[in-house]
Amino acid sequence: MKKLSANRRRFINNCVTYGMVIAAFIVMQVLNGAGMLSPSLQGQLVPICAYITMAISLNIVVGVSGELSLGHAGFMSVGAFSGIIASLSMQEMIPFAPLRLAVAMVIGAACAGVAGVIIGVPVLRLRGDYLAIVTLAFGEIIRNIVNILYVGIDVNGLHFSIKNEAALNLAEGGMSILKGPMGVTTNVKIATFTAGFILVLIAITVALNLINSRSGRAIMALRDNRIAAESVGINATKYKLMAFVTSAVLAGAAGALYAMNYVSLAGKKFDFNTSILILVYVVLGGLGNIRGSIIAAALLYILPEMLRSMYEYRMLIYAVVLILIMIATNNPRMKAIFARILPHKKEGGDENG
Amino acid sequence: MAKKYEKPKMVPVPSHSIIPERDIDKSPILECQHLGIDFGGLRAVDDFNLTIGRTEIAGLIGPNGAGKTTVFNLLTKVYQPTRGTIMLDGIDTAGKTTAQINRMGIARTFQNIRLFTNLSVEDNVKIGLHNQEPYSMLTGIFRLPKYWRQERAAHERALELLSIFDMQDMADAKAGSLPYGAQRRLEIVRALATNPSLMLLDEPAAGMNPSETAELMDNIIKIRDTFRIAIMLIEHDMNLVMGVCEGICVLNFGQIIAKGTAEEIQSNPAVIEAYLGKKKGA
Repeated sequence: MKKLSANRRRFINNCVTYGMVIAAFIVMQVLNGAGMLSPSLQGQLVPICAYITMAISLNIVVGVSGELSLGHAGFMSVGAFSGIIASLSMQEMIPFAPLRLAVAMVIGAACAGVAGVIIGVPVLRLRGDYLAIVTLAFGEIIRNIVNILYVGIDVNGLHFSIKNEAALNLAEGGMSILKGPMGVTTNVKIATFTAGFILVLIAITVALNLINSRSGRAIMALRDNRIAAESVGINATKYKLMAFVTSAVLAGAAGALYAMNYVSLAGKKFDFNTSILILVYVVLGGLGNIRGSIIAAALLYILPEMLRSMYEYRMLIYAVVLILIMIATNNPRMKAIFARILPHKKEGGDENG
Repeated sequence: MAKKYEKPKMVPVPSHSIIPERDIDKSPILECQHLGIDFGGLRAVDDFNLTIGRTEIAGLIGPNGAGKTTVFNLLTKVYQPTRGTIMLDGIDTAGKTTAQINRMGIARTFQNIRLFTNLSVEDNVKIGLHNQEPYSMLTGIFRLPKYWRQERAAHERALELLSIFDMQDMADAKAGSLPYGAQRRLEIVRALATNPSLMLLDEPAAGMNPSETAELMDNIIKIRDTFRIAIMLIEHDMNLVMGVCEGICVLNFGQIIAKGTAEEIQSNPAVIEAYLGKKKGA
């Protein structure tokens, strides 16, 4: 067999990833149209897309950039609530729902991107465990801010308060959108599976194109050997921040999409557990492996729905899975068993697939 | 083996150094004055003065722990010097970062090889070309025409650089899977890709057999002649140092004990003492 060049192999790998997602979308659409999906699974289609995007975006930080971030749900939260506020305040301005959803997602992404810069600049000075701890703290800070924030809208524009609903001083006919710990209770569901599919495609494109570009190589160089990367003229802070903000932007868009699938949503949804959940998808799918993240996110999100009776034990199952995966990837004997089960599996992690 | 390499005549320059005669009418590429660094109470390097000509091959030798790699780390600002100045091409490098120093024209290799082991050989060189074929992150994500143009240019340039060491066939291999000697050569190619005016090689021949070392010597001279750059190397293999280096600087306990041509260094009593110890009863 003729040996394929690295570029060609990479291209085929990427095509497989896109093809897999497109095929899954078509199958789901057909099943849905034929009425063969259970209502619970039907309701999960948009969240699955959102979590796939979250997994891809976290993979950019953890897998490609090599920094452990434990506060990724925070960016999802920023995107979700800024998306809701944008969507509800533009209800009259943009009556066409898909366009409003797109605008809400862009605004959610932009707000999360700004949050990414604000958090990234101080945090990325740290390395390793310290960075993980600080991102964890930032995730909690964002959750707590959303928890005390009241936002309303009236003819004069948006009103913010951190006291209570009355402090918003809304004019006649005004509407309070975000009500502190209660969160949003009057959202309009506009998210669709197609929008989710498009978002996933965008996320894959951004991730793969970033990896196979000059910036992506710089980010991976910093991950592999920071001193060597700096010695060839790569600005470490700039590229670490670039990876972090790109990831935050995608997470914000995913958060906005996720939020638009629910009538009510509270800030406590995006807590530490959610961050860990996304991290599990990334670790399970393989660090730096985009296709793996997609598969892991989809499977692990559907699994608890399938095992409804064991729902309470979901976190327990995740913990066990995470431990097993870690043992499997670090234990020579387990590796040998895996190699026997999956004989065609290539040695080493696939960077791009 | 290639024909015997003729070393140029060395001439003194004002800052008590010597540079090759062909560089005499040009300003030196590197000028260190009273360079020094302390680690706590330890004076790791002290009063280090050195001038390197534009196309000189300079050697930095000395016993283990003399501070040779520390000098490289000072020049590339991995450590910020405690004292002294480093002038690169007449520009003071005070307060610059490692990445900025590289953009100003110093590239280096490492004693313990530091490749991007998970990436392919070609990608390693392309990372070296980072500032040579630039385009923005958004150009990359949206795959604008400039992306394709620059990527093609980078690909061609990478293969061209790899061909110096006949490594173009290994372009798709993972850098970490290369044999030891090839990894050392790849580090040199990566450093060259940054288009330096001064290249620092930290023990380039470590772990190479005599024929590989001989080939490396030819290549060092070839690189200097093709790229018209200065090269400074740390090496314990005296055949290599005496064979290619025009000016040699000997370091012991962080201080320069001798400077000169290979012949001068070989007969210098201070150097012999540093390497072999004092004669009994002397």
